[in-house]
Order: sequence, then structure tokens, then C-alpha cells
Amino acid sequence: MSKIRTVEGITKESTEALISETLAAYPEKAKKKRTPHLAANDQTSGAACVKSNKKTVPGVMSARGCAYAGAKGVVWGPIRDMVHVSHGPVGCGWYSWGTRRNLMSGINGVTQFGMQFTSDFQEKDIVYGGDKKLKTLLNEAHELFPLAKGISVLSECPVGLIGDDINSVTKTVSKELDIPIIPCNCEGFRGVSQSLGHHISNDSIRDYIIETREFAEPAGPYDVALIGDYNIGGDVWSAKSLLEEIGLNVKSVWTGDGELEKIAATHTVKLNLIHCYRSMNYMCKVMEEKYGIPWLEFNFFGPTKIRESLRAIAERFDDVIKEKVELAIAKYEPIMQAIIDEYKPRLENKKVMLLVGGLRPRHTIGAYEDLGMDCVGSGYEFAHGDDYDRTAPEMPDATVVYDDPSEYELEKFAHTLKPDLIGSGIKEKYVFQKMGIPFRQMHSWDYSGPYHGYQGFEIFARDVDMAINSPTWKLVKAPF
Amino acid sequence: MRQIAIYGKGGIGKSTTTQNTVAGLASLGKKVMIVGCDPKADSTRLILHAKAQNTVMDLVRELGTVEDLELEDVMKIGYGNIKCVESGGPEPGVGCAGRGVITAINFLEENGAYTPDLDFVFYDVLGDVVCGGFAMPIREGKAEEIYIVTSGEMMAMYAANNISKGILKYASSGKVRLAGLICNARKTDMEFELISELARRLGTQMIHFVPRDNQVQRAELRRMTVIEYSPEHPQAKEYLTLAQKIADNKMLVVPTPLEMEELEELLMKFGIMEEEDETIVGVAEAA
Repeated sequence: MSKIRTVEGITKESTEALISETLAAYPEKAKKKRTPHLAANDQTSGAACVKSNKKTVPGVMSARGCAYAGAKGVVWGPIRDMVHVSHGPVGCGWYSWGTRRNLMSGINGVTQFGMQFTSDFQEKDIVYGGDKKLKTLLNEAHELFPLAKGISVLSECPVGLIGDDINSVTKTVSKELDIPIIPCNCEGFRGVSQSLGHHISNDSIRDYIIETREFAEPAGPYDVALIGDYNIGGDVWSAKSLLEEIGLNVKSVWTGDGELEKIAATHTVKLNLIHCYRSMNYMCKVMEEKYGIPWLEFNFFGPTKIRESLRAIAERFDDVIKEKVELAIAKYEPIMQAIIDEYKPRLENKKVMLLVGGLRPRHTIGAYEDLGMDCVGSGYEFAHGDDYDRTAPEMPDATVVYDDPSEYELEKFAHTLKPDLIGSGIKEKYVFQKMGIPFRQMHSWDYSGPYHGYQGFEIFARDVDMAINSPTWKLVKAPF
Repeated sequence: MRQIAIYGKGGIGKSTTTQNTVAGLASLGKKVMIVGCDPKADSTRLILHAKAQNTVMDLVRELGTVEDLELEDVMKIGYGNIKCVESGGPEPGVGCAGRGVITAINFLEENGAYTPDLDFVFYDVLGDVVCGGFAMPIREGKAEEIYIVTSGEMMAMYAANNISKGILKYASSGKVRLAGLICNARKTDMEFELISELARRLGTQMIHFVPRDNQVQRAELRRMTVIEYSPEHPQAKEYLTLAQKIADNKMLVVPTPLEMEELEELLMKFGIMEEEDETIVGVAEAA
């Protein structure tokens, strides 16, 4: 255990006072429910200090999404060579179209299908059921885009309510068209957050996809899969090229810019490298249990974590890889140092507060620290206990950890902690910008990216500097 | 493991017949689970001697989410080690009872309720298959065997024919089959012959004719099955016979439902329905 890191002015007492002051505004019942979700970090414990994955308290403004969002937006949507059908009324599909910035290579309509498909349920489909319409849609989708390798059918709420049996329709049409058609029962009302959508999607990959294809070329000793990287702003391309540079053969990517047939053949790789543990640990565990493939969590944010991760990956391979890893580190570290030398003087001791999905807060802390910044508060929308376990050692001691915080709680923390930057999502962005606090959207990399890998760190550093040190903030003053 | 769904017109005695039959199977040494798929939640009371057991949906409502539920909270063990689960659901007029059935069955599957030691799983389903939720027990991978409880009353036979139409739809795309009609006698005229004939026309069998006997009601007052209340009573023997017939049954068919006219013809033939006099249709009394 390295030495305990602290942030000046933050103690367990100060954080606990802040939390109780925050909770004081709630009515008794809400207060009781929210209390276990807010706590001061205990860095040495290595264990979660908050309760998580519980139903949101009614009435508070939560940033969470739904199971459908987790299935469509996170796991399925990024697979580029499939048509993804939002099955139900038009809104869910339309408003989730392209908003996540999971970039795709290829030609739209030919080798990738980043477009919006929906069955556009009407009254009659609710009353008479949408089975026939789904069948027609699947046939039309295949006719329009014969090059699509498969189709996913993602259930919106009404489908689950009226009890349409999409599994039976997809099975029949899949046989008729001779392409994989995968049903995903990810109705939005299931579960407490988008997290269940990830799990359901992992289960459908397990049930319908894995082991249904083989790679054309023979297996090699350096075959790996890149799991849980969704290519936000091009992250996959940066991470994959680095893994290739150290001699690994990235056979498939789950699921950013992913390809169905490669995902289906992943059961033959030697090691699964998992970036987003929250959304894809399920399939890593399945592949470990069923095919004996070990998996390794890694972190490609900022040079310190990249170095640690590369060496941890190298440990799983022979000297050839170990040597290439050291060569890569030696090649990139001076470049990284130059970036740090440029930005650190302007960012030193700046404070950042984070609220992102289920992985990034703990994964990005190292990158902020590389730039001399301190993370003074962090939390997740939909993380589980094992995510908070992994967060404890990354967060400075005694800083505030918040699970599924409400808009009010975040505002309150920001007022007291006075961060120089807040990293969160679109729902939070304008609240904090109006308060005069620099903000970056850390779900979509705010129209920027990639942030993964050595290539990404330069962009990350530039963006953080640009947000915090923009002269704009001196020209405006919040009236409150 | 054989999974069996019991359908039939509302009030025909599905729950009573199911529980007595299941008690019969249990006394034959079979391991059985009953899954009540009706918001009324009265599918297990005779096995558990309870007014109503905690249903899956009751607990979901209490806890907020289905993920917080444990299997042992909703599965109770009753007479003959019969495992009992009720899906539950809203009171009439609100919410969505069909989704309650889907949620409950998904929960049971995900939490390992379908253990390999079970010989039978019985789904006791609400009378009318009003939406996809009530067809959940006969989706692929679930019940493949359906018994329809009926009687010699006209509406019960209409319902049996309608349910057969539903089975036909599911049978064409999957493995679900009609396994027989159970006649829960109401002492109507020629009931035995009529239901035997209906069964024949549907391509199936009347697997058993359960005579009407007030012993069933006497047992029910004590929240017991006849099998448990008075094992030596002739009515208990009837249910035991039915249980044995179901255990031995190999006759699984794709039903051939009747057209409305055919059904009415059948009813007329047996004197249940009089021939219609077309000349009086639409003519007012005073005309």
C-alpha cells in the first residue's frame, strides 16, 4: 500500500459535517434512505464506504438511465455491423441515437449501421401486439441492408407490459433469413438503473452469440480481446494501437466499433483485457468459467496508470511482450512528460469533482493526478459494491464519495468544496456552468476524445486546461 | 421435469382442481411446484392452509425492486412438500397483472426455483388469456402441456374452445400441446357424453370426469385439499385417479378448435341449446 493521500483542508470530520449538513435538508424518510449512500472515503480499507445499486429515492433528481439505455446505448449500440432495433414507440430510439459518441469506422449502410431503427409502436400495436410488425420490420431491415451481419431487438417498456414474445419472433425470422437476430428483454422499467441493461445484454451475448463463429486465422499466443471499451471519441482506436504496439493481437473489441462475428469468436482468445468492469464483467466471468480465459482489468487513463497497466499486462505474457512494453514506455514517457510540463503549472492543485457512470471516476483520478490535480469528490450513477471497493484506494482519503447523488446533493457539495472542474454528464453540465464552475462532459468526452492511451492523454490534458483556464470564466459572474 | 399449465373459464374450479390434483401427485411421491399466475393469489391456499401467501409482486411493491427479493421470501412449502409460489398483482382496474406474471416467472428462473429434482411444475393461470402476460407460462421453454378445466355448461365449453385456439397459435411455432380436458362436473344433462365429444372434436381426450361432491367444499372450509382432509373419501380417490392419469398421460396434441357454428351444432345435438328461430330476430314484442 502506497502512502495515504490526502487533500489539504479535507478531513473525515469536515466531510462528515458536509454530509450531515446536506442530508439535513431532506424529510426524515428520504434522509434515512440517502444516508448510507454518502460517506467519507477510507483509502486504506479497500472497501466500499457507501451502499449502492439501490432504487433511487422518489422525488430527487437522479442522473440515472434505464435498462434499455444500458442495452442500446452501452452494449449493443456500438457493434457497428449490426442493425439495432429499438422495439416500441419511437422516442426511446430517436433520443438515444448517436448521443453517446461511440464512433464507428466503415461506410454507413454498407459496413456499419449507426442509424436509428424502430418499430414505432402505435395504439393498435399495443392492443393487438407488435409481433407481426416486428416480423415485417426484421424482413425489411434485412432487405434494405443485406450486408448487416445481424440484428438486435431491444425491447422498450410497452413490449414487456403487453407481454409480446419477441424471443419467438426473432427465432423464427433468424432461421428464415439465416442471420443472427438477438432478442434483448431490456424493458426500461426493469432494475434500478441502466446497469441491469448491461447485465441483460451480457446474458444475451452469452445465450445467442459467443461461440457461434470461429476466427479464420489460427489462434496465436498473443491473442487478446479488448472488453468494455466503447470507442467514445475514438478510445478503442487509441487503446488498440497501443496494445498492438506491445505485440498483442487484438482479435475482437467489445463493443466499440465492434464486429459481431469477431465477438462471436472471442471464446478462443488467450486473455480478456477489460476496461469497463461494470458493464462487461459478466461476460468475462462467463468466458473464464466456460472456456478458461483469464481476464485482467486495466486502466489507460494518464501515463502513470498506463505504465502500471502495461506492466501488469506484460506479466501475463513472455519476454517478447515484456520487452516491447518497456520499449513503449520508454518511447512515450518523455512525450507524456512534455505534456505534463506544459499543463501542470496551470493545473497544479486544482480540484475536480466527478460523477460518471460506473467506472470512469476511479479510472480517471490517476490522469488528473498526473496533471497535479486533486479529486475532492467522486461517485457513480449506477455502480455496485465491487466498483466502490475498487474506488476506495484511488480516491484521496476522507474525500466525499456519493452514490446516485441527487442534483441538490451535488450542488451542495460543489458550493462547499469549490472544485475548479466538474466532470459529469449533460444533465449536470449547465447547472454547474451557470454557477460559474468549469465543466466537462465525461460520458461523451464533450465532443472531444479519445482520452484512452498515450494518444488520449494529450487531448485530455488540453481539454482540462481549456475548461479550467478559459478566460471566459473571468468575464462572467454567477448571480448566486 | 414436466411443466403443466391449467387454463379454463373463470370460476370453473381451476385452482381447486389444480391443488387437489397436485396433492394427489404428491401423495404418489412426486415432487411438485405450483406457480399461481392470477392476481387473486388463491392457487396455493389449500396446500398451505393459508388465507393467502406473500406473493412475488406484493414483496416487489414493498421492497421497491425485484432485485432485492430472495427466493425463500416467496416460496413456501406446504402439504406433501409441495413448493408454492404466487405471482400476485394489482387489484382489478389498475396496473398490469400480466406483467406481474412475467416478472414472477422471470424471477423464479433467475433465482433457480426450477430445481432438477422437481417432477412437475403446475401453472394455475387466470381464466382469460387477456394479454401476452398470461401466455407467459406457455412460452418456449416453459409449460408444454396444457389441461383445460371445463364443465357441461355452455360458456365453459366456449372458453375451452377459445383456449384451444390460443394453444393452436402457440403450437404452430413451438412445443406447447393440449393434453386433455378435465371435466369438473356441474351435474348438467349428459355432461359426460358432451365433454367426451367436445374432447374428441378438439382432437384430445377427456382425461377425467371429476364428479361434483360437497366434500370438496367441506375441505375448502378448512383450507385443505380433499386428499389431505379425507384421504379415504371417494372424492379423494377421484383426484388421485386424475393425478395418476396425468402422470401417465402421453397424449399431447395440436388441438383442432371448432368453428362457432360447429360448437353450437354440438350443443344443440346434446340439447343444451335450442335451434335458433331466425324469424323472431330483431322483432319487438309489440310489433
